Amino acid sequence: MVYLTRKAEFSASHYYHNPDFTTEENVRVFGKCANPNGHGHNYTLEVTVKGEVDPRSGFVVDLKQLKETMHREVLDVLDHRFLNKEVPEFLTRIPTTENLAIAIWQRLAPKLKAAQLHRVRVYETPDLFVDFYGEA
Amino acid sequence: MKAYLTRRYMFSASHRLHSDVMSEEENVATYGRCNNPHGHGHNYALEVTVGGPVDERTGMICDLADLDGFVQREVLDRFDVQNLNMLPDFASLVPTTENLSAVIYDIVHRGFKSAHLEKVRIEETMMNSFEYRGK
Repeated sequence: MVYLTRKAEFSASHYYHNPDFTTEENVRVFGKCANPNGHGHNYTLEVTVKGEVDPRSGFVVDLKQLKETMHREVLDVLDHRFLNKEVPEFLTRIPTTENLAIAIWQRLAPKLKAAQLHRVRVYETPDLFVDFYGEA
Repeated sequence: MKAYLTRRYMFSASHRLHSDVMSEEENVATYGRCNNPHGHGHNYALEVTVGGPVDERTGMICDLADLDGFVQREVLDRFDVQNLNMLPDFASLVPTTENLSAVIYDIVHRGFKSAHLEKVRIEETMMNSFEYRGK
């Protein structure tokens, strides 16, 4: 089994808000991130796939296909967007880094053909990242 | 759904690698330049990874401010800009980064209750790093 990781970057804005919370509760739980005008990050995405090396090609996965899938399913949807208002998942879910990693997994997992998705890692900043392995 | 959050912190400290159970020659042979009696320092990068279900109400594993506050108070305030050999933690423990990882793991594991600690990872320099996941 070999693991291959492809990196990508996207920039987006978001804010944290739970409509079931009062305004005070939102501010208490989410702090500065509750500002409804939003704020942004340069996110770094790492997608790791795993599989056996194809003896004919020497590849675990066709990197070009993986790159295209990441672009089509993830980057085109998230890059330069206000996540809360423009990305369907986040109309109902809070766009935390945890939920971003889960949403990216859910977008990619059904679209990957040859290799199996192993991990989605999302860096919100260089000193904060979340890993999701598809665990329930 | 279960996810893992990693937060990275920086601190600077000095240390000297020297074991009281070894002879002078053995210390020099084992630790080389790190045995210099005057000590030397590093900019350490500490990564703390917690794991757990993502809370549906907050979208978070735990409140990051809680983790930051805990690590600042219990780890960074204790080790940053210190000589590790002078601290009680290393009174009878060589302050290698292996041991430092385990000491910091124990502090976080014992005191931080908002999420499950998965691992502690420390980069001593850009060239070497150490991970501890508990016994």
